Amino acid sequence: MPKELLDFEKPLIEIEEKIEKLRSYVQMEDPRIYSEIEKLTKRSQSILDRIYSKLTPWQKTQVARHSSRPTTQDFIELIIENFVELHGDRHFADDPSIIGGMGRFNGKSVIVIGHQKGKGTKDKIFRNFGMPNPEGYRKSLRLMQLASKFRKPILTFIDTPGAYPGIGAEERGQSEAISKNLFEMFRLEVPIIASIIGEGGSGGALAIGVGDRVIMLEHSIYSVISPEGCAAILWGDGTRAADASETLKMTAQDLKKLGVIDTIVKEPVGGAHRNPTIAAQNLKETISKSLKEIESIPGDKLTIMRYEKFRKMGVFKE
Amino acid sequence: MSWFKKDDRKIKIPEGLWIKCNYCREIIYRKEVEKNSMVCPKCKYHFCITIEERIAIMLDEGSFKEYDSNIYPVDPLDFKDSIKYKERLRNYQKSTGHPDAIIYGEGMVNGYPVIVGIFNFKFMGGSMGSVVGEKILRAAETSFNKRYPLIIVSASGGARMQEGILSLMQMAKTSAAIARLSDASVPFVSILTDPTFGGVTASIAMQGDVIMAEPKALIGFAGPRVVEQTIKQQLPEGFQRAEFLLEHGMIDMIVERKRLKETLSQVIGFFG
Repeated sequence: MPKELLDFEKPLIEIEEKIEKLRSYVQMEDPRIYSEIEKLTKRSQSILDRIYSKLTPWQKTQVARHSSRPTTQDFIELIIENFVELHGDRHFADDPSIIGGMGRFNGKSVIVIGHQKGKGTKDKIFRNFGMPNPEGYRKSLRLMQLASKFRKPILTFIDTPGAYPGIGAEERGQSEAISKNLFEMFRLEVPIIASIIGEGGSGGALAIGVGDRVIMLEHSIYSVISPEGCAAILWGDGTRAADASETLKMTAQDLKKLGVIDTIVKEPVGGAHRNPTIAAQNLKETISKSLKEIESIPGDKLTIMRYEKFRKMGVFKE
Repeated sequence: MSWFKKDDRKIKIPEGLWIKCNYCREIIYRKEVEKNSMVCPKCKYHFCITIEERIAIMLDEGSFKEYDSNIYPVDPLDFKDSIKYKERLRNYQKSTGHPDAIIYGEGMVNGYPVIVGIFNFKFMGGSMGSVVGEKILRAAETSFNKRYPLIIVSASGGARMQEGILSLMQMAKTSAAIARLSDASVPFVSILTDPTFGGVTASIAMQGDVIMAEPKALIGFAGPRVVEQTIKQQLPEGFQRAEFLLEHGMIDMIVERKRLKETLSQVIGFFG
């Protein structure tokens, strides 16, 4: 099988295997093979199209967590030029769960910050599966304030199961680190564009997510709690995560309806992992457009607009 | 992020004469605890108290005026678990007599006018949804407009799951209001009581110019059970207690309930 297929992609197995087999015969240069491959590819695309046009929230969760889904590092490679990574929070450590640095976006200087989940077992462990410790958030804040000092826009990429719940994290003030970011992000007088590219896990995501524009990839998720955690609390049964994912309203489409995000970015058919280049192109277009909308607004006005944007969030009656 | 199960902290002793301490597990004569501002006479653990009791301890008698008492929660996600969120809200409204998990208003601390917000842990574990977020925002904005110091007394399991992403956004919304207050040099005193966790600790609770905690209060980001399951080891003694936070430099001081008002008025007096 070419790529790691998800449960609900099973109708593709047979057809993809056929294509694979035919590809091994191409040296025979029989034109019938080419046309057959073409036919099968078309069919597999239309099956994928059909499956992906009606993914359930739980299926989206699996796509958002797919091990081949492009990460912050991939997006940096694909849309940021001359990236220079910067390290460390200047207090305690450098947290590899968050990547940050300077680079150019459409030729202009930007600061880029994003969670990094890692690829392959070794890297995933090194990256702590994208679950930052306080140092990660403090590094982010340091870089955001650097951006503010030199009047450069901030692009953040969100992809984390959540902030790490460990003893050391508590000792070193996980809550303080997150709360400080939320507080300070409202004071930064430069444009902030936050993009949720995979999993937006609660406070650990929001800690770099206070954006003037908030963007989500089509099959990414953003939630107050993981569906597993929610199911464990509600029904004492973490395996009912699929039910919880419906209840929580955590897909990009749901969040757009709730007015929490601004734009949804289309993913290539079959998810961003099937074609990271196209996913990155689409994301780049949206970020460019969003940035254009706000880049000429003076900093003090921008912070007032950011205040008003988040001030309105919430539903109640009076 | 509401790490606590619904009934986790309920004291399973027949209502009435006796009360079991959450900390030292002693069974104590209820009247004795009540006489002592709901503090355990054996270990000084500070029991969760009602909003009315908190007001009586902290503010000048008769000085408190509640604001915006008519903000009610709705059910934006049509959330249902074992029962509907709407029904759960009604039950808590009935049992607590309040529309949601916080109230705010104006009062005096030894003659100093202040804006006060008080969480009610007995209402869905003090969880922060749209109403709590809105009221904290309004408290901070009132404080901003009147230039009166803001005091928030926290007791919360974190963000309210039943309002999903909207609850998460309350962390940003309330932080925005506190940042604005801070830029206007209006003091904010955060008082952490047992327990304060998740989205509340990771937003306003840790943003105080001065942060106080009650003795032995459990305070943290992730609940102790979640941490234990993650690291698969026993947690160190005293983990996430107020004393632990003081030791690690996360709070300014631990204040006993009987000295709370006096300490507050000292701090507010300093800011002048």
